[in-house]
Amino acid sequence: MSLLEVSGIEKSFGAVSVLHGVDFSADAGEVVGLVGDNGAGKSTLMKIITGIYTADAGAITLGGEPLMHLSPGERRAMGIEMIYQDLALARQQDVASNIFLGREPVRSILGIPFVDRAMMKAQAQQMIDRLGANLPAINRNVGSFSGGQQQTVAIARALTFDPKVVIMDEPTAALAVREVQGVLDLIRQLKEQGITTVLISHRLNDVLSVTDRIVVLRHGTAAANLVTAETDMAEVVSAIVGGAGMPDAAAHEARG
Amino acid sequence: MSSTKAQQKGLWSRLQAGSIEQLHVRLESLIVLLALCALMSVLSPFFLSVSNFMNILLATSTIGVLAIAATFVIGAGGLDLSLGSVMGLSGVVGAYVGVTMGLPAPLAVLACIAAGALAGFVNGTIITRAFVPAFIVTLGMLGIARGIALVISDGRVIYGLPSAMVFIGQGRPFGIPMPVIIFVVTAFIMHCLLAYTRFGRHTLAIGDSENAARSAGIAVDWQRRLLYTLSGALAGLAGLLFAARINAGDPTAGLTYELTAITAAIIGGTNLFGGRGSILGTMVGALIMGVLQNGLNLLAVQSYYQQMAIGAVLILAVFIDQYQVRKETRV
Ligand SMILES: Nc1ncnc2c1ncn2[C@@H]1O[C@H](COP(=O)(O)OP(=O)(O)OP(=O)(O)O)[C@@H](O)[C@H]1O
Ligand SMILES: [Mg+2]
Repeated sequence: MSLLEVSGIEKSFGAVSVLHGVDFSADAGEVVGLVGDNGAGKSTLMKIITGIYTADAGAITLGGEPLMHLSPGERRAMGIEMIYQDLALARQQDVASNIFLGREPVRSILGIPFVDRAMMKAQAQQMIDRLGANLPAINRNVGSFSGGQQQTVAIARALTFDPKVVIMDEPTAALAVREVQGVLDLIRQLKEQGITTVLISHRLNDVLSVTDRIVVLRHGTAAANLVTAETDMAEVVSAIVGGAGMPDAAAHEARG
Repeated sequence: MSSTKAQQKGLWSRLQAGSIEQLHVRLESLIVLLALCALMSVLSPFFLSVSNFMNILLATSTIGVLAIAATFVIGAGGLDLSLGSVMGLSGVVGAYVGVTMGLPAPLAVLACIAAGALAGFVNGTIITRAFVPAFIVTLGMLGIARGIALVISDGRVIYGLPSAMVFIGQGRPFGIPMPVIIFVVTAFIMHCLLAYTRFGRHTLAIGDSENAARSAGIAVDWQRRLLYTLSGALAGLAGLLFAARINAGDPTAGLTYELTAITAAIIGGTNLFGGRGSILGTMVGALIMGVLQNGLNLLAVQSYYQQMAIGAVLILAVFIDQYQVRKETRV
């Protein structure tokens, strides 16, 4: 049994059925790529795992424990973290506030729990340094940062609380080439620490270089489940587009 | 490029940043307050006196408590237009319990706060459960609370509160009016709540990005309900202060006070769209409104014109705020 087990997930938004019976799993320390066309339902499936969306049917377990009935906060506490495609940052708050949002450390003064700002700042700085990130100043509002810097803050937030599973939804979309390599290295590092990573990305070269397994979402189901070492660009692309127009698309991806 | 600019920033921006970091107050609003005081003391010989300052503080205390409520709700990206009406309702409920029903003063005091909190709880519940916008729900409550106040009091002022209750409005321990003491203590507690607790930080995070707050696992709807309840309870406290000061439950008390309270919060640096706000800033904002009204009174300006002045200040404050936001985000 895998660390993360997802089975039979169904989800519609009003009349639009997005997922019909998706199965998905990830072992401890495994890096799984999740790919598919725009609108295939990748983000939706992951938001169901973190509890932001509620599935119409299906089951999810982490380490054998069912978590469908838990709130997003409780699932985070169990060790599921996600870097959202839209980053989900509070733009008028500083770096430390964002990293610790919802989990601020407190210090009791006269029996009243006050947020420990000093500790938050120190630990936030540590995490940013560990990522080797380049932020102008830690006490500035993240809204004043560039897209790549904001992405760094979102990554730092996902890694600060010793997660078991880190879901990354397009974590490199706003990053420069060097920083993309940084994120890929980070994923390899997480793997060494036994942390599971789910990587959603349209950059198939990155996905092929860093993952152990690739799951392809198409027409609301997991259309393919490929072992990265035994597959290639052509096979992944054909699974994504579903045969038609395959040679062109594969050639395009191989070049790109 | 931006980093060199940051290093070379001038004395003015350093003062601005220092003021917000150390005092939680925007430098601009402090300067406006001081300038207003300077202007008034030139225009009126009566302005600069201890007794007049006590008058200003006394008048500010009711508005100030409402402005604190506005800061929490607006900081969380919401709006409470029912503040003035709920304040009026609370005073009437307190007077009804203390006078008409003849129950002891502590019960009457409690009734004021509870009536306000209940109205706020209803606001919050409808907003979060029925998905009706806060603007509409609290506008509806503005009418409903005022109506209930008129029904309970039969449209008349209920005079002669229990003496212990009157002390809350008219007592002067150490020469300081009780409402001022209660206002300052409330502001201190609420400042600590907003600036230093998880509840307060989550409040601003919700106003900043509801999406971010939800993803972080914050129980957004539950907290919103609490915030509207808190807002109502504070309006209840304002109603108590006002009723105790005039020794009566007046069903028309607090008419248009939400206008002044929201203006005070915005002048004090609360972002109209949520995500930013501080109680100390709001106190400065409330003082600006207090000095403005007091000055216009001293200059014998009719109260009709005062309403116009307050409305104009609100629009001007939001304009300046938006202008600065646009300036900052422009590349
Ligand atoms: N909150 C929502 N309300 C209504 N429809 C939604 C919502 N979220 C997603 N959808 C729909 O669900 C489908 C899947 O969207 P989703 O964001 O999961 O795709 P995706 O695979 O992440 O795409 P992309 O690669 O572009 O990020 C889309 O058709 C989208 O319009
Ligand atoms: Mg997506």
